[in-house]
Amino acid sequence: MACELWGAKLDAYLDGELPVNDERMLREHLRTCAACAADALDRQQTKRAIQAAGQRFAPGAAFRNRMEAQIRANAAAPISERIRSSATSVRLGWRWIPAFAAVAAVIVAAVLFAYNRDQDTQLTSELVDLHVATLASSSPVDVVSTDRHTVKPWFAGRIPFTFNLPELEGTPFVLVGGRVSYLHQSPGAELIFKVRQHQISAFIFQERALDGTASNDAASSGLSFGVRSWSHNGLRYFLVGDVAAEDLDKLTELLKAAA
Amino acid sequence: MVTRRFTLMDVSEKSEASGSFEDLALPLFDRLFNFARWLTQDQVEAEDLVQETFAKALKGFPSFQQGTNFRAWIYRILRNTFLTSRTGLHATATVPLDAEGDEEDLPASTSTPESILLERLDHQRVQQALDKLPLHFREPLLLCEVEEMSYQEISVTLGIPVGTVMSRLSRARRALRDSVQGRVGS
Repeated sequence: MACELWGAKLDAYLDGELPVNDERMLREHLRTCAACAADALDRQQTKRAIQAAGQRFAPGAAFRNRMEAQIRANAAAPISERIRSSATSVRLGWRWIPAFAAVAAVIVAAVLFAYNRDQDTQLTSELVDLHVATLASSSPVDVVSTDRHTVKPWFAGRIPFTFNLPELEGTPFVLVGGRVSYLHQSPGAELIFKVRQHQISAFIFQERALDGTASNDAASSGLSFGVRSWSHNGLRYFLVGDVAAEDLDKLTELLKAAA
Repeated sequence: MVTRRFTLMDVSEKSEASGSFEDLALPLFDRLFNFARWLTQDQVEAEDLVQETFAKALKGFPSFQQGTNFRAWIYRILRNTFLTSRTGLHATATVPLDAEGDEEDLPASTSTPESILLERLDHQRVQQALDKLPLHFREPLLLCEVEEMSYQEISVTLGIPVGTVMSRLSRARRALRDSVQGRVGS
């Protein structure tokens, strides 16, 4: 084999990723070819240098202690035990327990509310990211078809649920196609609609894959994109696009009616 | 924000299985921080990123399949969390959309023994070159060299095919080398 061909395999060889046979042959070659041996040495030194330079940052002691304490505390005791031990340690007697429970409930509710809001904001930005990634992709759709009877069956076997698509004749919307998308490591459908020159992504995911986020109808925006979401039959629908609010609402109605 | 997740969540039941979250995650803490710091290029942001990663991982741990690759799993969470952050969005906005995988045509290295000597290997210079590498090169390079992940693990962590991992690594090394040599020449 010529030196150029071996050269292409040198990195994989040094990374320990070459098949055994190739590795043996390449080692033979390096014994007899000074140029390739020098190249290999050079690459090996670069590897070592990156390795050394890359181990550069260490967490501060305060941050490490805080994180370790949090993780250990979480793993140490079930939550019921922790509540019990803190209740007995204040030794205020049983009659105070309802009052504590009420205060605790209010705090937990407030924390969960704030947490859900954070999660929803994050979800919105993740969906906007998916939409932008689709627009930027050189092959935005995997099934290219304006026919809903082609697009819907394409998803069969690719995602673990099915859904209905509206008849778009007489509306300003055109179905461009669809692709499989992932959110929180769960597969779902992404349908791309066009209205005039704008594109709207319609995402459909299983509700249980989006555990913890609000499931009521919602309109929001992220990075200037309009977002609509609603739930139906265990599925959660999202529309993301840079179109006028009326267009999003109209497409929402069409999809709701079809479902 | 994320700290309360630690107190609200309870994964202790999982602890008795084939590895508790604590056992699996704590040994990776320093390395995750190092990687986070390289991604964010900022100490405070790196701390936030690691904290959020642990919160998400803890929450998702019940659905983590024991026996599969925990390291790739948690690195993937860290990286996805980073990509949806403001800094991450900014960094990925500069990723070229050109096709990948055309690596075979690269000319062989042009290094001479002298350049090897010159390169060897000013620590600081390599760090600066790493710092300047675009994110899509910096990530696989750090995962390969510093984390010593296999191509397969990098593929899972970054969500790209193994072939793309190889071509990115090759291009990343070349870019780094060029960057270091450029400094030598100037």
